[in-house]
Amino acid sequence: MDWDIELIGEILVSAFLVIGGLFALVGSFGLVRLRDCMQRLHAPTKATTLGIGGVLIASMIHFGMSGEQISFHELLITVFLFLTAPLTANFIAKAYLVYRVEESDLPPTTGKYGWAIYHDPPKDPADL
Amino acid sequence: MIKRLFPHPLLSLMLVLIWLLLVNKITTGNLLLGVLLSFIVPAVTEPYWPNRARLKKPLLGFEYVAVVLWDIIVANVQVALIVLFKPQDKINSQWVTVPLDLTSPEAITVLAGTITLTPGTVTAMLSADAGCLLVHCLHTDDPEAVRDEIKHRYERRLKELFQ
Repeated sequence: MDWDIELIGEILVSAFLVIGGLFALVGSFGLVRLRDCMQRLHAPTKATTLGIGGVLIASMIHFGMSGEQISFHELLITVFLFLTAPLTANFIAKAYLVYRVEESDLPPTTGKYGWAIYHDPPKDPADL
Repeated sequence: MIKRLFPHPLLSLMLVLIWLLLVNKITTGNLLLGVLLSFIVPAVTEPYWPNRARLKKPLLGFEYVAVVLWDIIVANVQVALIVLFKPQDKINSQWVTVPLDLTSPEAITVLAGTITLTPGTVTAMLSADAGCLLVHCLHTDDPEAVRDEIKHRYERRLKELFQ
């Protein structure tokens, strides 16, 4: 059996696709399995990062091997994903805290001002 | 003059780079269009971002990105194991308060994003005076250890990078 470079490439591509698919599946499964909103947030913010990452790496290898122009779109998708995933999670968490959680359920802050969604920022700029 | 034209030189550079990556073909026309965009976008968004972010040691950024990428892979495996195998009533979720030494808004944003992307933690909120972060931890028996790890592993590096 000859191990030419194309075969190795195809094995790599399939491996990354399977790994990515598995993590994406686990992330979605976590949504069903975990108990409350804050716990559920953990599954999609992480498992899907590697899930999509695996698929993107597979795509890069595939187009790199097939001799066409190397595509950089995958890199961009990764960057945009890393920028947007934490923001979405943060907004969902904040919305959840506003509607479902009292300030007394949270641990106190370390400073003299409370958490941002329950309190206004300090009027005195020296406290910022 | 140059400062008026390019209020955020790093942002301008990023925009040219991202534009070239988006069109996926480096030609003179595309480069010119990218440079044009790198004028317009920072100029239009400047009112929302009056202070320039300063990077003290930009090279440390690469180390930071490498550490975070590695942690993301570890985080994925850890969270996957918790989701798949841990009985529901054994998952001990807790709130953790992380006091901040960082002061620049950009640095705090990067730290908050990093916390969300890495092992079992999601940033939920900032305190009103930007003095600490509220972090939700998926599973931990020792909230103090989580806090110390965040401070040591990420905040210390960001402090060197930004201040």
